[in-house]
Amino acid sequence: MQELIVIGLLGVVVLMALVLLLMGSRKNNGMTKKQKVMLGRILAATLLLLVLQLLPETVFDQMDSLFPGAAYWVYLALYLLDYLIIGYDILIKALKGIKNRQIFDESFLMAIATIGAIVLALYEQSGDYTEAIAVMLFYQIGEWFQSYAVGKSRRNISDLMDIRPDYANVEQDGKLEKVDPDEVAIGSIIVVQPGEKVPIDGIVVEGASSLNTSALTGESLPRDIEIGDEITSGCINMTGVLKIQTTKEFGESTVSKILDLVENASSRKSKSEDFISKFARVYTPAVCIAALALAILPPLIRVAGLGLPAQWDVWIYRALTFLVISCPCALVISIPLSFFAGIGGASNAGVLVKGSNYLETLSQTKIVVFDKTGTLTQGVFEVNGIHHNEMENAKLIEYAALVESSSSHPISKSLQRAYGKEIDRNRVTDIQEISGNGVIAKVDGITVAAGNDKLMNRLEIPFINCRSVGTIIHMAIDREYAGHIVISDIVKPHSKDAIASLKAAGIHQTVMLTGDTKKVADQVGGSLGIDRVYSELLPADKVEKVEELLATKPDKAKLAFVGDGINDAPVLRRADIGIAMGAMGSDAAIEAADVVLMDDDPMKISKAIKISRKCLGIVYQNIVFAIGIKLICLVLGALGIANMWLAIFADVGVMIIAVLNAIRALFVKKL
Amino acid sequence: MKKSYKIEVDCANCANKMEDATRKTPGVKDATVNFMTLKMNVEFEEGQDPKVVMQQVLKNCKKVEDDCEIYL
Repeated sequence: MQELIVIGLLGVVVLMALVLLLMGSRKNNGMTKKQKVMLGRILAATLLLLVLQLLPETVFDQMDSLFPGAAYWVYLALYLLDYLIIGYDILIKALKGIKNRQIFDESFLMAIATIGAIVLALYEQSGDYTEAIAVMLFYQIGEWFQSYAVGKSRRNISDLMDIRPDYANVEQDGKLEKVDPDEVAIGSIIVVQPGEKVPIDGIVVEGASSLNTSALTGESLPRDIEIGDEITSGCINMTGVLKIQTTKEFGESTVSKILDLVENASSRKSKSEDFISKFARVYTPAVCIAALALAILPPLIRVAGLGLPAQWDVWIYRALTFLVISCPCALVISIPLSFFAGIGGASNAGVLVKGSNYLETLSQTKIVVFDKTGTLTQGVFEVNGIHHNEMENAKLIEYAALVESSSSHPISKSLQRAYGKEIDRNRVTDIQEISGNGVIAKVDGITVAAGNDKLMNRLEIPFINCRSVGTIIHMAIDREYAGHIVISDIVKPHSKDAIASLKAAGIHQTVMLTGDTKKVADQVGGSLGIDRVYSELLPADKVEKVEELLATKPDKAKLAFVGDGINDAPVLRRADIGIAMGAMGSDAAIEAADVVLMDDDPMKISKAIKISRKCLGIVYQNIVFAIGIKLICLVLGALGIANMWLAIFADVGVMIIAVLNAIRALFVKKL
Repeated sequence: MKKSYKIEVDCANCANKMEDATRKTPGVKDATVNFMTLKMNVEFEEGQDPKVVMQQVLKNCKKVEDDCEIYL
């Protein structure tokens, strides 16, 4: 029965190796030369082993009848040849290991385990050399698979982050010339043709086009751009030719900063990675010492204590089984691979995570603190309502815009935007600004007053108070009350869904901090479903509030602060994890935060948390799974239930499953 | 002073061993080896010549893992 299984297994390996070799012979398959050579060796060794298994015994009987005793030596020589084909490099490495005094080197341990098995087979006269060769064979298959999978995911992930521009087009004497983006000076004019990446940050001076920003933001909707707009490097120009005046050097441009950040991200190691490297350091020596004890102690106890035969061969075999399981490879490879894939997948979704450690903290987030302006709201003031007016809305706005035309206050700007037409300043005369009250001026000869309730009181004009939240501009035309205009910051369209999806993702508490008035803050907080709102805070108060929240929360629940990164850098730094949003083109945000959301969609916050949870879930699965299977194998091996076959399968199998599981962290689109 | 080097190594455990060996080399303040990006970041102690230190680092790495390379 076992023979049939072995033959079937070897057949499968031969087939797989053939298919892979065929794949490898095509161009651009990404297989390295080393991998191809190894694949050839695996194929040769497996074929030879298969032939030896299938060879009928009559062949050897015939040989024996011609030359007595020859069959035994031929048989042994063929097996040894096969062993050397598959394992010669391991043996060489083992010798080098001995020379360098690295006794816990995995090649050395593998060599001992397999040579030991061959010696035992010789000693027992069992002729079962297959086991030693199979252990070496499957160990090599495992190594091959690992190097292939890691190489493949390395390329996949770098493809995902393929935003690096290779050249910039500079116009010289009417001709376009491709130059290294590094050589373009600030203020140069570069040309970006449809289909090309924008290489350097700048301002559009000619042309209009749509930009594909998906490589930066994960957002698939194109963004329209025209003369005078700022343009961020890393976007792909889709439709028209653009001429851009650069405002930064290549090294300071968004695309360089992002690449730098992502490439260095996995160098900041997480606690799980530290745990695994510590574990690996202890694991191999511990298993080796256990193997030594297993080989010596039980036989001695049997002889001395129980008066039984020692059975040295049985116990040495069990000890060799231990050595086969002694490599911590599955663990050591799968954990960094999971984080690397997680960070890669996240950056493809427009979420930049600065390190594995931040991904880990993000997954433990239970409290999310928001800054209001620019995070949950647009940060742009807009006319939100016009009440109690008798004249047309448009007419009232026109008067308001004209009266406020000389002011550059955000409120006046929003009125001018709402009016939407060119303002003819000649229509406005006798402008009189009353600080803290408003403006009185003559428009087309009619006296118009626009301002707050203080202004109306001052002019002794009866007015109607507003129940809406925001800044209220009362209007009086020709000393008659004409209604009021409500101006407020508008909530982002996804803010409410974002809070709901955070709640659904298991965030215990959402908090909003703002410098705005209590009335406005409570109204926004209420409408979005935020748990706690702190208003009328100065920037320093925000740090204090976050510190207060940090002090009262349980240790394990992490606190994330979400801001736009422009004026809340101290708070971003103080929180367990700082998330900056809308970072396209904002260096300050990229510097200060631990997690950077490229666009300003608040839905990305819960997406980032979900990505981190998935990644960490995979990490824990792999840790528990790999350590668990190894421990079970060790116990079964010590009891003599698991033989070397099972041990090597457990070892290689766990590694393959753990690596495949780790790659799953890359797929985050549907979260 | 910090410097970054490209490396070549086959297994993740070997990368960890290289990291250990680099950290123990005199003149190195701290080091991280990133197996996924095949990069090594080394922070040198004040007044050390990176070139000299890196020769020793390479030697020590070769000792723990023969099959590795650091592109200096």
